[in-house]
Amino acid sequence: MAHGHTVKRYSGLMDWLTTVDHKKIGILYLIAGGLFFLIGGLEAILIRLQLWKPLNDFVSPDTYNELLTMHGTTMIFLAAMPLLFALMNAIVPLQIGARDVAFPFVNALGFWTFFFGGLLLNISWFTGGAPDAGWTSYVPLATNTYSQNHGVDYYVLGLQIAGIGTLVGGINFLVTIINMRAPGMSFMRMPMFTWTAFITSALILFAFPALTVGLVALMFDRLFSANFFEVSNGGNAVLWEHIFWIFGHPEVYILILPAFGIISEVISTFSRKRLFGYSSMVFATVLIGFLGFMVWAHHMFTVGLGPIANALFSIATMLIAVPTGIKIFNWLFTMWGGSIKFTAANLFAVGFVPTFVMGGVTGVMLAAAPADFQYHDSYFVVAHFHYVIVGGLVLGIFSGLHYWWPKMFGRMLSEGLGKLTFWTFFIGFHLTFFVQHFLGLLGMPRRIYTYQDGLDFNLMNLISTVGALLMGIGTIIFLINIVVTAVKPKNAAADPWEDGRTLEWAIPSPAPEYNFLQTPLVRGYDALWKEKMDGNKGMTPAEPIGPIHMPSPSILPFVMSLGLFITGFGLMYSHYIIAGAGLLITFGCMFLRSIFDDHGFHIEPEELKDKGVKA
Amino acid sequence: MSAHSHVDGQLPHEPEKATLEGRNKVLGFWLFLGGETVLFGTLFAAYLALRNQVGDGNPTSQELFDLGLVAVATFILLTSSLTSVFAIQAMHKNQVKPMLIWLAVTVLLGLGFLGLEIYEFVHYVHAGHGFTTSAFSSSFYTLVGFHGAHVAFGVVWITILIFQVLRKGLNVVTAPKVYVAGMYWHFIDVVWVFIFTVVYLMGKVG
Amino acid sequence: MKRLLPLLAMMSLLLSACGREDLSTLNPQGPVAEQQFGLMKLSISIMVLVVVVVFAIAIYVLIRFRRRPGDNKIPEQVEGNHKLEIIWTVIPLVLLVILGVPTIQTVFGLAKDYSNDENAIQIKVTSHQYWWEFEYPDFGVKTAQEMIIPSNTIISIEAKTADVIHSFWIPALAGKIDTNPGGNVNRMYFEANKPGVYYGKCAELCGPSHAYMDFKVKAVDEASFKRWVTAMKSPVDMPADPAIAEKFINECLTCHAIGDKGGQLYPNLTGMGDRVAVAGFLMNTDDAKYANEGTVYENLKRWITDPQEVKPGNHMPKVKLTEQEIDAISKYLSEQKLDY
Repeated sequence: MAHGHTVKRYSGLMDWLTTVDHKKIGILYLIAGGLFFLIGGLEAILIRLQLWKPLNDFVSPDTYNELLTMHGTTMIFLAAMPLLFALMNAIVPLQIGARDVAFPFVNALGFWTFFFGGLLLNISWFTGGAPDAGWTSYVPLATNTYSQNHGVDYYVLGLQIAGIGTLVGGINFLVTIINMRAPGMSFMRMPMFTWTAFITSALILFAFPALTVGLVALMFDRLFSANFFEVSNGGNAVLWEHIFWIFGHPEVYILILPAFGIISEVISTFSRKRLFGYSSMVFATVLIGFLGFMVWAHHMFTVGLGPIANALFSIATMLIAVPTGIKIFNWLFTMWGGSIKFTAANLFAVGFVPTFVMGGVTGVMLAAAPADFQYHDSYFVVAHFHYVIVGGLVLGIFSGLHYWWPKMFGRMLSEGLGKLTFWTFFIGFHLTFFVQHFLGLLGMPRRIYTYQDGLDFNLMNLISTVGALLMGIGTIIFLINIVVTAVKPKNAAADPWEDGRTLEWAIPSPAPEYNFLQTPLVRGYDALWKEKMDGNKGMTPAEPIGPIHMPSPSILPFVMSLGLFITGFGLMYSHYIIAGAGLLITFGCMFLRSIFDDHGFHIEPEELKDKGVKA
Repeated sequence: MSAHSHVDGQLPHEPEKATLEGRNKVLGFWLFLGGETVLFGTLFAAYLALRNQVGDGNPTSQELFDLGLVAVATFILLTSSLTSVFAIQAMHKNQVKPMLIWLAVTVLLGLGFLGLEIYEFVHYVHAGHGFTTSAFSSSFYTLVGFHGAHVAFGVVWITILIFQVLRKGLNVVTAPKVYVAGMYWHFIDVVWVFIFTVVYLMGKVG
Repeated sequence: MKRLLPLLAMMSLLLSACGREDLSTLNPQGPVAEQQFGLMKLSISIMVLVVVVVFAIAIYVLIRFRRRPGDNKIPEQVEGNHKLEIIWTVIPLVLLVILGVPTIQTVFGLAKDYSNDENAIQIKVTSHQYWWEFEYPDFGVKTAQEMIIPSNTIISIEAKTADVIHSFWIPALAGKIDTNPGGNVNRMYFEANKPGVYYGKCAELCGPSHAYMDFKVKAVDEASFKRWVTAMKSPVDMPADPAIAEKFINECLTCHAIGDKGGQLYPNLTGMGDRVAVAGFLMNTDDAKYANEGTVYENLKRWITDPQEVKPGNHMPKVKLTEQEIDAISKYLSEQKLDY
């Protein structure tokens, strides 16, 4: 065989450690992100238990600060983003008709660096204290002078390592979407989820390096006595806030845009209707991404930037409401005149729309700087961003998971349990966070470990805690659903919802290793739907059946990330030999990767026929 | 398309873009450089915010910087950019030997630049401008040091590529690697131009 | 706008009923908080309108267009509608202008600088882990934890921190301003409409005792304020028992000041007997309802006995005093009342 490179194919654990298959990496992201979501959720429950009554002493103030820091950091970096990456990995290549991502090796590297970064961060619980300066890690509180244990070091190094993974993941998706679309899949025919994944990846590319620099500066300050933020030596505390939020605000859109994409897909599918105003949706997505970089200082209205900056950033922030509004109405009018089926996935999507609107309008309220002087750092803000992130993003992720589960695993999640998950989580969510708006307005600052009795805070905090427990129950029901589903036969159809519109529903569930037996020819937006409406059974192939080239599995991404993990430890405890050894491992792997070409292997047509798969 | 369908000597005009893998690599690297731009942009911003925080009794940028030395370093690095262009031109003409020679010259110039930078840093430290001296010094060493680390990485990288091409020859697998390394090297040069202007010239003027 | 007005009126009625007079942003007690509340009401009204419209459409759509059993029709595949899309782009823009104009006006209005105004009272606020220092440079007076101000007078604040970033917030009187380190001074102003005690809070995470970093603003009439300034500067008698006096001077006044004596590094103790709270958080009252309340004497005793238990991470150590000495010092301090 001319193309017959022999490649060792692994099974079992080694298969997962060495895989470069985007679908398996998607599942790895799902497992790791899900695990961190449970950890972050547990931290949230502990926070709410501490606050259920005034002057409670369920946890100590130090532990409380660790919990709130780790809850925020874990949820944003280690749960929300990886879960989105899980769906992006599992679905985006399928939606554009690609056999693989642009950089399968780098994709695996991205996962493992994220995983080891997250692991490093969470090990801090067992080594003398987790970070406790908030997920924003404001200096001087986060400098050596005021935070003497290693907690913030774990934050700095853990996020740095995880951030590398996110950054390379973003580049991978950008190149995949630009270069690897199937014939006929023009940009303006791309499914909305792919569009949002594309814009999100661009935001990652331009936002994460700022965080990298911020973390490097803080690390230098903490480990090597630099003076970036050391006020007594000329450092500047406000500089950190700027760097953090120049990253931090786009990060918010990095999180929410893919959720918008998921909602667009789900609502359109289960309304049996084309997405209303597709081109304005694309435009709104791009505009949100762009404006996302112009508004970071609205997190800093009370820092004292002066009236001109505050006025400008107020207006810029309010402007984001316009493209967001476009999206909301487009979703509503997608459903208008449709035939809406209330599957569990669609319940989450439908629940998302009004919930996200509530988070959005409080966002506009917060944009008015003088009023923000009152809202800032109060529970009003806590309510706002949980409406956006949980009510928006997490509902979106749940929706996407219920929707694409058959495509990822070949099994349908139980609809009954799915609906139960929705109702418990949804009601729990609103119970938890709706009252928090009022707690803030009534004068309760955020991030407080306890509050005095007799300030009118008691009842609402109690309600909030009950709601949080309900959300916990909802999550447990979802886990039960996963287990129940896992023992069912693997019999999901290629288009299990029967209303599938996009390319991923044209191939078997779960998608075979090579995705498409023959690369499809895309003849319009909603490619599969178009074929269905034209009376065709499936996609028209754009090529004859031939050998399919596949990348080889590799253990190097895992080892490279392990090297960084070791380096992180070495730096933290000033064992520079260990740090150097870790870096040597990482660079050594890069060297190996560079000098040994990966020729991959081919799946031959005979092999494909044996399996009896159809495209 | 397999990497082996082309034999040495029959390379297309732009071998780096002959395969999808090659095109992906080049595009991905452009995007990576976009991210690097933000990285250095943020470092510059931090430096600009802190460059006047010299502290009492510490040497100022006017006292420290020796424009002559920096000008030589700049000249060396800009020349290396030119030699890397020659290398890529040679690659496009499928002239392997000249390509390797130009790459080697680029590496040597890069080493020369690094030598000067190390000399400069040692000199500064002796003049009382250590990494921990002030906010100015920390941000200076971080910015310029990040660039220096990039140069060092580039030197090692191109060296490895020289040996790879020697062993494997120039083909559609090695060509994108060389091309991308050339892009990287140009990027480093551009960053240095900004460092020269923002750090050294502005530092000298005050 | 006309249709908005009744909604606005209803909203403000609803909101004004919310919360304690001394703590709630919805029940403003001074012109600054009132202006901010005005903007809040305007934005809440607009936003409630938006939410109502979206909810109405959503509920209608979900009921009207739900899939009935056995329904297999394919709905018309609508690409979009330019007219509608323009409408829902323009209307939000108009709403944003309605909100944006007063926002900008208020931004600049609240940025007014009263630091050279003769009629304003100048107060320098310095935040510490976990207490507030208030200095009145024009009167040569320094106090802690309780800011005494005359009502109906502009109070001009200059805020900074001695350690980490805190945020100075008196919800009922004015929104917050961060206290930054390193000579990065922030200014704000506020005014209280009537005498009363208002809760102040630290709004930026500043360490384990962030939750306990409360302070009070006590607004009094003009004459009382003048008497208070005089009283603050009058000499203070030391404890009558010479042994206690010695302990007090050696153990307490090394850090704390009382009257004209003692160190300036830590909270000023003058007039402890009148304070609303000890350590900012232990409320002083003879009629204790809640766990963190007690008489001044009880609270002082609790505080001095184990400061770390009350406010973890604060700088006050457990001072080497016998129980009798703590009793006597607490009693002495609780009797330190100012006549104003």
